[in-house]
Amino acid sequence: MSAAANRLRRRHGAEWRFRACGAIAIAIAIAILAALLGGILWQGVGALWRTEILLDIDIDAGTIDPAGTRDPAALAGADYGVLVKNALRARFPEATERKQKRDLAALASNEAAYALRDRVMTEPGLIGTRLKLWVPASSDVDMLWKGVLDRDTLVDGGRLDADQVAWIDALAADGSVATSFNAAFFTGGDSREPEQAGIAGALVGTILTMAVTLVLSFPLGVAAAVYLEEFAPKNRWTDLIEVNINNLAAVPSIVFGLLGLAVFLGFFGLPRSAPLVGGLVLSLMTLPTLIIAARAALAAVPPSIRDGALAVGASPLQSVFHHVLPLAMPGILTGSIIGMARAAGETAPLLMIGMVAFIVDIPGGITDPSSVLPVQVYLWADAPERGFAEKTAAAILVLLVFLAVMNLAAVVLRRRFERRW
Amino acid sequence: MNQPIAFTLKPTSAPAVAVDSPPKMSARGVDVFYGEKQALFDVDIDIHRNRVTALIGPSGCGKSTFIRCLNRMNDVIADARVRGSITLDGQDIHDPGLDVVSLRARVGMVFQKPNPFPKSVYENVAYGPRIHGLAASRGELDDIVRASLERAGLWGEVAERLNEPGTSLSGGQQQRLCIARAIAVDPEVILMDEPCSALDPIATARIEELIDELRLNFAIVIVTHSMQQAARVSQHTAFFHLGKLVEQGPTEQIFTSPRDERTQGYVTGRFG
Amino acid sequence: MSHVALAAILLLLAALGYTMGRRRATALSGGQARRLHSLPSYHGLYVALWCALPAAAVLAVWLVAEPQIIAVLLMPSLPPGSAGLTDGAFQLLLGDIESFAAGRAPEAGTDPAVIAAARRLSELRQSGFILLALAAIALGAGGIGWSRSRIRPGLRARNAVERATIVIMIAASTVAILTTVGIVMSLLFESARFFAQVPFSDFLFGLQWSPQTALREDQVGSSGAFGAVPIFAGTFIITLIAMAVAVPIGLMAAVYMSEYAGKRARAIAKPALEMLAGIPTVVYGFIAAIMVGPALRDAGEWVGLDVASESALAAGLVMGVMIIPFVSSLSDDVMNAVPQTLRDGSYAIGATKSETIVRVVFPAALPGIIGAVLLAVSRAVGETMIVVMAAGLAANLTANPLQAVTTVTVQIVTLLVGDQEFDSPKTLAAFALGLVLFAVTLATNVIALRVVRRYREQYE
Repeated sequence: MSAAANRLRRRHGAEWRFRACGAIAIAIAIAILAALLGGILWQGVGALWRTEILLDIDIDAGTIDPAGTRDPAALAGADYGVLVKNALRARFPEATERKQKRDLAALASNEAAYALRDRVMTEPGLIGTRLKLWVPASSDVDMLWKGVLDRDTLVDGGRLDADQVAWIDALAADGSVATSFNAAFFTGGDSREPEQAGIAGALVGTILTMAVTLVLSFPLGVAAAVYLEEFAPKNRWTDLIEVNINNLAAVPSIVFGLLGLAVFLGFFGLPRSAPLVGGLVLSLMTLPTLIIAARAALAAVPPSIRDGALAVGASPLQSVFHHVLPLAMPGILTGSIIGMARAAGETAPLLMIGMVAFIVDIPGGITDPSSVLPVQVYLWADAPERGFAEKTAAAILVLLVFLAVMNLAAVVLRRRFERRW
Repeated sequence: MNQPIAFTLKPTSAPAVAVDSPPKMSARGVDVFYGEKQALFDVDIDIHRNRVTALIGPSGCGKSTFIRCLNRMNDVIADARVRGSITLDGQDIHDPGLDVVSLRARVGMVFQKPNPFPKSVYENVAYGPRIHGLAASRGELDDIVRASLERAGLWGEVAERLNEPGTSLSGGQQQRLCIARAIAVDPEVILMDEPCSALDPIATARIEELIDELRLNFAIVIVTHSMQQAARVSQHTAFFHLGKLVEQGPTEQIFTSPRDERTQGYVTGRFG
Repeated sequence: MSHVALAAILLLLAALGYTMGRRRATALSGGQARRLHSLPSYHGLYVALWCALPAAAVLAVWLVAEPQIIAVLLMPSLPPGSAGLTDGAFQLLLGDIESFAAGRAPEAGTDPAVIAAARRLSELRQSGFILLALAAIALGAGGIGWSRSRIRPGLRARNAVERATIVIMIAASTVAILTTVGIVMSLLFESARFFAQVPFSDFLFGLQWSPQTALREDQVGSSGAFGAVPIFAGTFIITLIAMAVAVPIGLMAAVYMSEYAGKRARAIAKPALEMLAGIPTVVYGFIAAIMVGPALRDAGEWVGLDVASESALAAGLVMGVMIIPFVSSLSDDVMNAVPQTLRDGSYAIGATKSETIVRVVFPAALPGIIGAVLLAVSRAVGETMIVVMAAGLAANLTANPLQAVTTVTVQIVTLLVGDQEFDSPKTLAAFALGLVLFAVTLATNVIALRVVRRYREQYE
């Protein structure tokens, strides 16, 4: 009896351990997800702010408008960088050596000159006066002020020298260093300078690419699904198509990139780096997923609906287009959105067709060279400057929000219109 | 099957039931709920050794629900709740001291549809003894498997096919394999939930004979749809209707002179 | 994009055709639609299709054939002596002409012959487009005229429109086939060119991979070394590590979710796993490169192990995490397909839950689980971004997961990203690797899908 009791205890112990293993597996997955999202949030949220320096700038008419004509073309082409440098030198007259002067000028971002120019262009009356203006600081100053890197790391790494740190401290002492919301991150294109790099180009590129993908894959996918599910005879040919679609859905995405490179760029000579080609490649990649989802949605509509329509004399095509397809549409849309979201996060095939180029301008059309969000993440993650790490994480956040919105739309759609037969 | 039911009970060589012996299992005031819906109301019944107890009644009357209470298979269903007391040898089966695993080893079950595991015939029968550690050696296990298959009347048919998958047998053989699987752990009670409903008449007859033989060693509870079957195999019959146990008694009495008019209506085929 | 404008014009024309057809049908019926065989809107569609389809066909044919036709017509205008150029130099010349024609090269410093050819190219393109536009519009208009004249009350316009719709849908469903054909053709074609320069056996069995070593055209071994074994080995190691992470965790997570978890636990765990699946791979790559790689190196230093900051381990671990939801959702499906009656049979004998799972559910679900794992393997082999960002480029032939290794996908990316002439063995090698990748993943998928299907049939 006691042997049996022992055995029972052992069996229950095994049961408990097995169950614990399952719980641990789930816990690991959830913990990884939390660490992943938390880590990216923690790293990336800093990029929403940027450090600015308050400068008292002498807008010298002799430097930017020597002719005194206030001609906008002349004003646009003038050298505002000198004014920024002069303002810094006026603030710290002790910087006299060449190196010191250069270091001093390096406190402000190149962007500072553009900020000043924009201000002067809108308000030409400022010329000849003094202006207190918040200008963006350089990336190293930004890292220091936001505390992403501590000063020892920066000084030891040669990113900042002792003078520069002292100047920052002096500026900070009279309240001339502050952080403000980094709107430029959402409105600017890519840049070699971390503090100037923005996400807008990639965001627009993603939207254009997705638009091409949607326009191509949705009608094709729905048409193919309707045919295969409702009209295709059962024969070798349709079997082949079906097997083919299932296998295509599992082909690695990079192979689609090779296809795009060889066929769209090599054979058809379409432009490199263009959302048009990106959209073409992604739609071929999404099509199988979309067809499978659409077929499942069509198959879920009960045959009685078709019979009902046929019984009042509708043609098979009418019964599908008037009754079955509208009823299946919520399911098809949900599947399409999920497919689109996957395509929007795709990087590898786009590398193949040259969407990995450094592109500053925000694309204006589907044939302009462009980047997309995931590729931008890849590019920034590869950049050596520390300032880009923050940008990368922030770009990931933007990408994840973009995908979350799409998936949420799919969930809402499903909740709203899902019908059980 | 259109001829009137012959209520001649087959004389058997089995020992007569000692009515005064304590019941093997007994249920008192059993209620079962699925979520909000009550499926069983206040059921009292005793299960005796060496006796086949048949539960009959129209579909949805609660007989399957009740039989699943006896070895707590309802635990598997998420929102099922059981109230009242069910005892096995005087011990409450819901007693926290009694393990559901050892309860089920003592109260075995055979299901409506044969459900052999997708393993060999041998492994199907050996599964129970293995997990309960009933055999110390391979030889002992072989003996248990052989004895169980013999008692299930299947040995002759599968002795040469022990390594073939259990699913390759015919439906009736599969069901007898499931019975062998149940008796391999040496239970005290065997529950059968419409064991013949998926079988043809010849296989059914074979199982019915088997049930009669098994009565020698076990207490058997059988849920059945067919009144002929209840009449043929059971000694005690309980009639369920709309979740209530309407009437119970010796099979002969239930079929020849039911006291309740619902029972009478059912056994004479007026509804059901 | 004058092509877009042309397409828009054709669409407008088709819309016009629709209204015309509809009007005519209505007029013929005298306002009584029952006198027509088909509704007026079908007559409209009939005319619109006759307008749009032939024109669209011409447009499509032109888009495909244009580069070839233009190239043939351009031949006589090429600079003298270009017929004798090598293939590579000829491509280069065409590239120059192309970039000048596109206005990307300055006039100064460009060979006048090239400029002349570029002018001719622009001319050819322009006249070609005008011709195309005229032909397409004429065809569209002609289609409207002809089909409108055929409208009678008895015209079976609906049947014609429906036939056309079916044909269009059939065409749409063949796109998937065309994609496969396109993939196979482009991979085979480019690989054949590669194997013309590098022997097949060298590629498949060579132990040395250094495609970047060729510096000059005349250098000894200028084509570099193309032995792909180190790449296959690296891919294998990383896949193995990923599977070692993903299979146990994914499987146990699936078991817990399907057999143990209560409603509330499932409401948390299921979306969490789905989110893991929804995170783009580039994000995992970032995590592997920025967080996991350095952390492993530091940990290695701490215990006195030499861990490369780009190691197979870092890439494999993160890839494993990426694949967890894949394994768990597939095996969840598979285990749910095991009939409840089997579980009941096991419980009824007195088996515990874990005994039932390990001894009945797992064996019954095994083919399906193997299929799921195979699909996950093919996913891991084809995964690109994580390894590109975290595994490194060095083609080490090593079994040590702490070292940097490279994979098939990494090499495809490094060989093709950046400015490359399209002909060197270096870029062609990427296609050969692509062919291997495609063949391996395809074979894995076919087997996996077959195993899973057979398994499903068993319980249906």
